[in-house]
Amino acid sequence: MADPQPVQDIGEYVSGALEGAITSSEVAGGELTVHANRDDIVRVLTFLRDDVLCQFKILLDVCGVDYPERTKRFDVVYHLLSLTQNARIRVKVTTDEDTPVPSVTSVFNAANWWEREAWDLYGIFFAEHPDLRRILTDYGFEGHPLRKDFPLTGYVEVRYDDAQKRVVYEPVNLTQEFRNFDFLSPWEGIQQQLPGDEKATVDEETEEAGEES
Amino acid sequence: MGVDTTPSPVPPGAEQDVILRNVTESLVDKGFVVANLDKLVNWARTGSLWPMTFGLACCAVEMMHAYVSRYDLDRFGVVPRPSPRQSDVIIVAGTLTNKMAPAFRKVYDQMAEPRYVISMGSCANGGGYYHYSYSVVRGCDRVVPVDVYVPGCPPTAEALVYGILQLQRKIRRTGTLMR
Repeated sequence: MADPQPVQDIGEYVSGALEGAITSSEVAGGELTVHANRDDIVRVLTFLRDDVLCQFKILLDVCGVDYPERTKRFDVVYHLLSLTQNARIRVKVTTDEDTPVPSVTSVFNAANWWEREAWDLYGIFFAEHPDLRRILTDYGFEGHPLRKDFPLTGYVEVRYDDAQKRVVYEPVNLTQEFRNFDFLSPWEGIQQQLPGDEKATVDEETEEAGEES
Repeated sequence: MGVDTTPSPVPPGAEQDVILRNVTESLVDKGFVVANLDKLVNWARTGSLWPMTFGLACCAVEMMHAYVSRYDLDRFGVVPRPSPRQSDVIIVAGTLTNKMAPAFRKVYDQMAEPRYVISMGSCANGGGYYHYSYSVVRGCDRVVPVDVYVPGCPPTAEALVYGILQLQRKIRRTGTLMR
């Protein structure tokens, strides 16, 4: 793991310099994450890019995260790299379906397609984006497929219709439903008590009872 | 009138063989070769199966391996073409997505008859790993008729070569002048 001290210093410096725009910062696993106010994101990224002690000149990624249990359900995550400081920083802002996030295409041109991707897959709206269209999904696609409430198999499927001589879209009709056997997946949620665990607790209790008697 | 002047055909047997042998020998002496036209056509078709380059995903890498020096599909007359107009067969190598399906059908429609389809890999065969995805066609046979399915994820280059040999067998077995 990288030495956390340099990024710790950068985090403190950034939080101090952008008083009010940065709500919190933490270092986990040697990686610096700062949480920013949504409306100040352009100011934050401009500062990180231009400040002589930061020089985060490379925007590596802009992506979305969906936490359906939160009221502000989406995170927009910006990853930046500073070659001169040999450091990386992660900036997070929160939003929901209706609240627009200011576009950072004016700061980093690279953000253009990533914001389109976040719009396409999560439905996060970016204000003042020059060309906010879908980028990955099919023409005429409905919904935002990486949202947790989007059904895995979607709503339509395609096949070639010999009578109409073209590819047609029809409602999904699965011959066999999707079955998930991965009970240990951390994304599916590990149960507090796995099947068979109850035997371990029973054993302890009986042992304690045995010691008392 | 009333008299059938057409000669009755010689029934199969030793007598017919003698006649045919005589005819063949006299033609060979004069420098002719006698062959069945459909066999000749099948020989030509199987010996120059030009596939449309249609790599969609990781299967395309195995397809490339089959084309180049180690397996060298050139020796079967299999030369990848960049245009559907020049192609006899299309190898669907990879995941066919909903967005790609109309384009794929358009490419297939542009190929001249007789045309064949090899479905390569689990994704093209039936959706494979992405069978339940919202964006993937559950098998390219929903879009075009498929002649040979090559299983695997991805299939090895040998498997694809074997699939092409199977297609050649199929053409030899079923091929006629009219399709």
